Amino acid sequence: MTGLTDLGIAAIRDGVRSGDFSAREVAQAFSAAVEKGRALNAFTVETPDHALAAADAADAARAAGALKPLSGVPLGIKDLFATRDVRTTAGSRILEGFEPPYESTVSGNLFAAGAGMLGKLNMDEFAMGSSNETSAWGPVLSPWRRSDGGNAPLTPGGSSGGSASAVAARLAPGVTGTDTGGSIRQPAAFVGITGIKPTYGRCSRWGMVAFASSLDQAGPMARDVRDCAILLEAMAGFDPKDSTSLDLPVPRWEASLSADVRGKRIGIPREYRIDGVPAEIDEVWEKGIALMRDAGAEIVDVSLPHTRYALPTYYIIAPAEASSNLARYDGVRYGLRRAPPNGNLTDMYEATRAAGFGAEVKRRIMIGTYVLSAGFYDAYFNRAQKVRALIARDFERAWETCDLLLTPTAPSAAFALGEKSNDPIAMYLNDVFAVPASLAGLPAISVPAGLNAEGLPLGLQLVGRALDEQSVLDAGLALEERAGFAARPEAWW
Amino acid sequence: MNAPYRIQGATGEWEVVIGLEVHAQVTSRTKLFSGASTEFGAEPNTQVSLVDAAMPGMLPVPNVECLRQAVRTGMALEARINPWSRFDRKNYFYADLPQGYQISQLYHPIVGEGEVEILTDEKDEGSAKRIGIERIHLEQDAGKLMHDQHPSMSYVDLNRSGVALMEIVSKPDMRSPEEAGAYIRKLRSILRYVGSCDGNMEQGSMRADVNVSVRRPGAQFGTRTETKNVNSVRFIMAAIEHEANRQVDVIEGGGTIVQETRLWDPDRAETRSLRSKEEAHDYRYFPDPDLLPVELSDDFLAECRASLPELPDAKRRRYETVLGLTPYNAAVLTADVTTARWFEELLAALGDSHAQRASNWVTGDLFGALNRLGRTIEDSPVSPAQAAGLLRLTADGTLSGTLAKQVFELMLETGDDAEKIVEERGLRQTSDTGAIDKAIAEVLAANSDKVAEYRGGKDKLFGFFVGQVMKAMQGKANPAVVNELLKKALG
Repeated sequence: MTGLTDLGIAAIRDGVRSGDFSAREVAQAFSAAVEKGRALNAFTVETPDHALAAADAADAARAAGALKPLSGVPLGIKDLFATRDVRTTAGSRILEGFEPPYESTVSGNLFAAGAGMLGKLNMDEFAMGSSNETSAWGPVLSPWRRSDGGNAPLTPGGSSGGSASAVAARLAPGVTGTDTGGSIRQPAAFVGITGIKPTYGRCSRWGMVAFASSLDQAGPMARDVRDCAILLEAMAGFDPKDSTSLDLPVPRWEASLSADVRGKRIGIPREYRIDGVPAEIDEVWEKGIALMRDAGAEIVDVSLPHTRYALPTYYIIAPAEASSNLARYDGVRYGLRRAPPNGNLTDMYEATRAAGFGAEVKRRIMIGTYVLSAGFYDAYFNRAQKVRALIARDFERAWETCDLLLTPTAPSAAFALGEKSNDPIAMYLNDVFAVPASLAGLPAISVPAGLNAEGLPLGLQLVGRALDEQSVLDAGLALEERAGFAARPEAWW
Repeated sequence: MNAPYRIQGATGEWEVVIGLEVHAQVTSRTKLFSGASTEFGAEPNTQVSLVDAAMPGMLPVPNVECLRQAVRTGMALEARINPWSRFDRKNYFYADLPQGYQISQLYHPIVGEGEVEILTDEKDEGSAKRIGIERIHLEQDAGKLMHDQHPSMSYVDLNRSGVALMEIVSKPDMRSPEEAGAYIRKLRSILRYVGSCDGNMEQGSMRADVNVSVRRPGAQFGTRTETKNVNSVRFIMAAIEHEANRQVDVIEGGGTIVQETRLWDPDRAETRSLRSKEEAHDYRYFPDPDLLPVELSDDFLAECRASLPELPDAKRRRYETVLGLTPYNAAVLTADVTTARWFEELLAALGDSHAQRASNWVTGDLFGALNRLGRTIEDSPVSPAQAAGLLRLTADGTLSGTLAKQVFELMLETGDDAEKIVEERGLRQTSDTGAIDKAIAEVLAANSDKVAEYRGGKDKLFGFFVGQVMKAMQGKANPAVVNELLKKALG
C-alpha cells in the first residue's frame, strides 16, 4: 500500500468514506509531512490542530452517516485568504502578526464542506511575483531539481509558489491558489501539478487580500484534474458579499467529468508562437496537439490578434488597481506600524509603508500610481482598458471556430532562484501565455504534459469559454490521461 | 423685481457668481456599502463594519436603499436619471479614510441635470428663478478625527466612515448670497419632503462647498475659489459675502484670484486659504473594480417615481387654488414637510372646508405659541387632533374667539383636550337668553347715565355696553346673542 500522503483528494475522500483509513490518520500523516518539509519553506503557518479537528469531525460524521463532500481532506490555504484567528500576511511584512477576526468565503466554503487546514501557504508578496522570491518570509523552494546533477534551488513559480510546492512535495493533497495573471497556472506547470483558474466571479473574493480586483480569482491546485474539479466545486458559488461574484448555481463538475473530447474543436492561437521561447516549449505544445488530435479533437488554427498587447495591458491594469487596493496598509488599524519619534501622520505612513512593503510591491504601486495620475490616465489606464476589451473580443471571435484553446502555460520550465529576480521584465514575461485569459476572465487550466531535457515538468494550458469550466476540465482530463505524466520529485527535504 | 445684487468696488460694480456643492447625508438605516448603522450620536467606533474599517479582503456591496434615495431625489429635482452609472475610486491618504480611497462617482453619476425653482424674494411670487442642477452623485463619507483626546495624537472615529452622501452639484446660476440662501432652503425643503435627507445642518447631515467668483456684470466668469464644508444657511451666505468682497479687494488691488480651496472660519467670519491648485491632490480617479456598474430597471424607476410625495411647489399651489389659502399661509405651511404634515393631519380631522380658518389658526395662534415656548412644530404640546377639537368648538359656536384663546392656553399648559377643558371649567359660550337678559338689565341699571346718553344719540356707547355685559358673563356669552338682546333692551 502506498502511503497516505501519496493519495489525492478523491482517494482520501473515498477512502475515509469506505473506512479504509480514518480522517485522523490522514491529517496526522500530512501534518507530519508538512513538518518534515519545512526546508521547502512552503508554509508560513502550520495548523495541525485545525486539520486534526476537521478530521475528527469527519470521523464522527462517518460514524453518524453524515459525511460531507470534503470530509477528511486536509488542505493547504494560500496566505492570501483571510483565515479566522490564523495569521494572514499575504506574504508581506506590512501584515506582520495580523490575525483576521473573519474567514474568507472560499476557505469558509471548504471548511463547511468538511475540509481541514494544514496551514497557510507562502506566496509572493500580495501575489505580485512569478517566482515566490518577493515573499517577505523568504522564497519557497521547488521540490524539483534539475537532472544535470547541479543542486541549484529552483523556483516553484509564483505567486502561488507555496501552494505548488506543497502539492508537488506531497505535503498536502490539494490547496487553494489565486490567479491574477497566471499565479495558479504557472506554478502548477513549474512543479508538474494541475491548477485551474475558473471564470472570473465563480469564486468569491470576499476575505481574499486584494491585489488587482478585476483580475483576482481563486482556484484549486492539486495532483490531477479530478481533484481540481472536486475542490473547485466546494470553493465556488455566489456570495452576496462580493458584488462581482456570479449569481449562478455551481455545476457538478466532478460528476460530469469526461475525457471524451471527440468532436471538440481545439484552437491553436498562432500569436502564441513567440520568438525566443525555448524549443522544449514548442515541443511539448506539439506533443499536446498530437495527443488531443489522437483523442478525437479537431485541431484548428486560430488568431488572437491582440495577444502581444496583453502583457503590457496587464502590467498597467494590475498595478493601477493594486496601487489603490494597497492604500489601506497605512499602519493605523492593523499590521505593521512605524511611527518615527515626533513625526506626523505622513511620516508614519511613509515609514510604515517603506518598512512594510518589499521592492516589487513598491515598484508596482509606483507604476500603478503613475498610470492613473492626471495627464497619464488616458494614455495608459484608459487605453489599457480599451485594449483589454479588444483582447476579450479576440477570444469571442475565436469561439466562433473553436471550443477551447491549447497553449503552453509558461514560456520556460522552472528557473533557478535569483536567475531573474534582478530583471523585472524577464520575470514579467513568465506570464505571457497566462495573462490574456485573465484579462478576458476566462477559465483556464494547466496540466502537466511532460519533462524537459533537464527533467523538469512542463505544463500545457487549456482555455475555455466563460462559464465553461466543464469543457476545460474534460479536455484537461483527456490530456492528462494521454500524457500520462507520472514523474515526481525525489524527496531531498 | 429686486435690483440685482452688486458689490460696489472702488473701480465700479461687480457681479457675484455662485455655485454650490451640497453634501446631503442619505436617509438610510445602513451605510452605502456596508451593513453598519448610520444612527447619529453613537459612541465612537461602535458603528463600524469590517468593510468600513477597510480590513484586508473586504468588499463593498451597494445598499439599494441609498441608490433609491438618490434616484427619488433626482426625480424630485426634475433631473435626468441615468439608468447606467458607475462608482469610481478617489484616491488619497488621510487618517479618516481607512481604504485610502473614497468610493464616489466622477465619470458616470447616477443623476444628471435638473432644476430647482427658488423665489429670490420670498414675498414676491413673481421673483421665481430656476437654478440648474449639474448632477447628483453618491459617495462615501469619511470618518472623524478627534484632536482633543490625547496630548500628541489624534484619534479616529469611523462611525461616519462609509455613510452615504449625495453630492448635489448646482450650476453657477446664483448671483447673490440671498439666492444661495433661498436655494439651500428650497433644496433642504425638497429633500425633507422626499425623505432622502433629514436636512439637519447642525448634525452635519447637510453641508456645502461654496464656489464663488466675481466679474464685471455680464462679463466672462472669473476664477473661482471653493470654500469647503460650510454647515449653515447663515454661514453660507456670510461666506459668499465675505469671499466675494475679498476677491473684489484682491482684483482691485492689482492682484489675481488663484483657484484654491478655502476654509470658512465662523468665529472670525472669514474664509482663509487651505490649499492652492498646485497643492491640490491628484485623486487618480478610476472605476472601482470591486463594483459592477449600476443598472436601474424600468420597474425600479417606476417604483421610485410612485413613491414620491407631493412636493412643496405643488402643495403650495394646491393650498392656494383648491383649499383657497392666502399665498402667505400656503407658503408658510408648505415650506417644511413637518409643518405641512401637521397641517394636513389637522385638516384630515377637521375637514377641508375649514382649511382657511385652520391655516390662520396654525400660522397665527399655534406658531405664536410655539415661538413663545421655544418649541418647534415637531414637539408641539398640542397635537393636530387636539387642535381640530379646539377649532371644531369654535366652528359650532361652543367657543367664542376669546374663549378659544383661553382654552388654547390651558391646552398648552395641561396637554388636555379642548373638550375636556371646556367641560371641566365651564368655559362653554352661552346663548342662554334668560342669563344674558339678566346681565343686561343689571348693566343698564348700573349705568343709567350712559343709557340716557346712548338714547340721546351717542351710538358709540353700544360697544361699551357689549363689553360690560360680556364682562358680567365672564366672557362666556355668545356675542351675537348679546348684540341682539342689547339692541332690543336699549330700544
